[in-house]
Amino acid sequence: MLPSAKQRIKAPDILLLLLMSFITLLCLLPLVYIVSLSLSGKSAAAAGRVTLFPVDFTFYSYKYMLSDHRFFDSFAVSVKRVLIGGAINFALTILMAFPLAKERSEFKSRNFYIWIIVFTMMFNGGLIPWYMVIKNLHLIDTIWALTLPTAVPIFNVILLMNFFRNLPKEISEAATVDGAGPWRMLLRISVPLALPAIATVTLFSVVNHWNAFFDGMILMNKQSNIPLQTYIQQLVVQPVISATTRSEDLINFSQRTFNAAKIVVTMLPILVIYPFLQKYFVSGITLGSVKE
Amino acid sequence: MGKKSNALQYHLMLAPGMVFIIIFGIIPLFGIAIAFQDFIPVKGITGSKWVGFDNFIYMFQLDDSKRILFNTLYISILKMIMQVLVPVGTALLLHELVFNRSKRWFQTIIYLPHFLSWVILAGILTDMLSAQGIVNKIVKGLFGDTVFFLGSNFWFPIVVVLSDVWKEFGFNAIIFLAALTAINPSLYEAAEIDGAGRLRKIWSVTLPGILPTIVLITTLNIGQVLNAGFDQIYNLYNPLVYQSGDIIDTYVYRIGLVQYQFGLATAVGSMKSLVGFVLIFISYRLAAKYANYRIF
Repeated sequence: MLPSAKQRIKAPDILLLLLMSFITLLCLLPLVYIVSLSLSGKSAAAAGRVTLFPVDFTFYSYKYMLSDHRFFDSFAVSVKRVLIGGAINFALTILMAFPLAKERSEFKSRNFYIWIIVFTMMFNGGLIPWYMVIKNLHLIDTIWALTLPTAVPIFNVILLMNFFRNLPKEISEAATVDGAGPWRMLLRISVPLALPAIATVTLFSVVNHWNAFFDGMILMNKQSNIPLQTYIQQLVVQPVISATTRSEDLINFSQRTFNAAKIVVTMLPILVIYPFLQKYFVSGITLGSVKE
Repeated sequence: MGKKSNALQYHLMLAPGMVFIIIFGIIPLFGIAIAFQDFIPVKGITGSKWVGFDNFIYMFQLDDSKRILFNTLYISILKMIMQVLVPVGTALLLHELVFNRSKRWFQTIIYLPHFLSWVILAGILTDMLSAQGIVNKIVKGLFGDTVFFLGSNFWFPIVVVLSDVWKEFGFNAIIFLAALTAINPSLYEAAEIDGAGRLRKIWSVTLPGILPTIVLITTLNIGQVLNAGFDQIYNLYNPLVYQSGDIIDTYVYRIGLVQYQFGLATAVGSMKSLVGFVLIFISYRLAAKYANYRIF
């Protein structure tokens, strides 16, 4: 949309547009670079001739990836994790946010629950005790180690709770008069009205599950059980950690385009779902986080 | 009577989530006992020897402690400053932009890096910053030699702070953009009548308008000062830059799960948790008092 006629476009406006375009490009360039690298020939990548466009364009890296069953094992673990973990997060976030959004006069125990939740969010036993609990429950090397410890995303519960609280009171009062109980109120009124906020928190929890690497690294022992990000982490990051000498870099050269292709495929799901949910989350966050 | 049965339904709704919170949030708290033990996993908490505050005393005597605390504070305070300045600047630029359609495009793209993991970004960064990467190509063209960014104790914290800004500035701008749109338009009209130009309006109307939000965000960030970003640093660092890059969380991971010093790791971790808890408590109190902020 162009500015209205009375607001004339001046030189500073054009300058501003250019500056903002530059900043936006900076966000995009590293991603463009890795895509180009993944589509480039080995020798061009090794010689550092790839910049923003692929050199010696080839799909070889992607074809090579098809033969890597470890990549697909990990991909499957991540998909499973997102589906199971996301579903658990989705249900529990709504179920917890709804009663906690009630006024104290309506639900006396509300503050007690909130104290427990906020306390566990701020204060925890740390890495070792957390690991031991999961080990003692025999969750190690199962999908449940990746989905159950984060079953309640507390930050999301608070976002959605604040969203529920900002819904007009008149609607719930009218529904109560019509004889609707808590469950009916939740499913028929609050959830449909809060769809933008629910879409937001669902996006957050799905992205968190897709992006998590640490729990996969310490809770999964078998290679076939590790999620995709942990696999990428082993592949891309750890060789570099050992590559303290320049000569070892040479070994990694041939891997550069392969690794680039795996990185691209790993971020692809985010790039695909993000634009569809993006329009919801801005209103979801700002309505949920700042209370006037 | 209706109210009572409602309350029962509410308890039922909360029950499944509370079970998980108790198992994975409350029960691990008892594990802090390990910090007071010479913990041996096969013997468990009940069988291991109690050593009182030995782990804590050892922690304070460690040469590493000062350096790690310094690194943690240094990196996280730099991040904190940059993550207010850059997003505020971005929000101002977007607010001043008169081309509305391009504004939406810009926003969509600058939020995107927030949703990519540090594993992915570290993969991209390590390649870009390697000797043959695109960044060093430019550096070589300008200065004649390559820089080993991720192997230098001088460059490493800078790379950490700048890449963090790169990833999060767009997303962090959201809250400031929201504050900007809430400014009363009549203030701008009044300023215009008084003869204020564009810069004057930014200085006298826009900035004061979002100042409370800036104060609020800064206050809330103080509570997070001991979190310098585990995912990011773990994925970017290597033994060459432990000197400048080791933070509390990466250190706990290394001494705990790599070197198996469970008692010491838990002591360091619980100390961090305790100090962090106090800081968050204070910062929320301040936010409530001066910015009228409540999380619920």
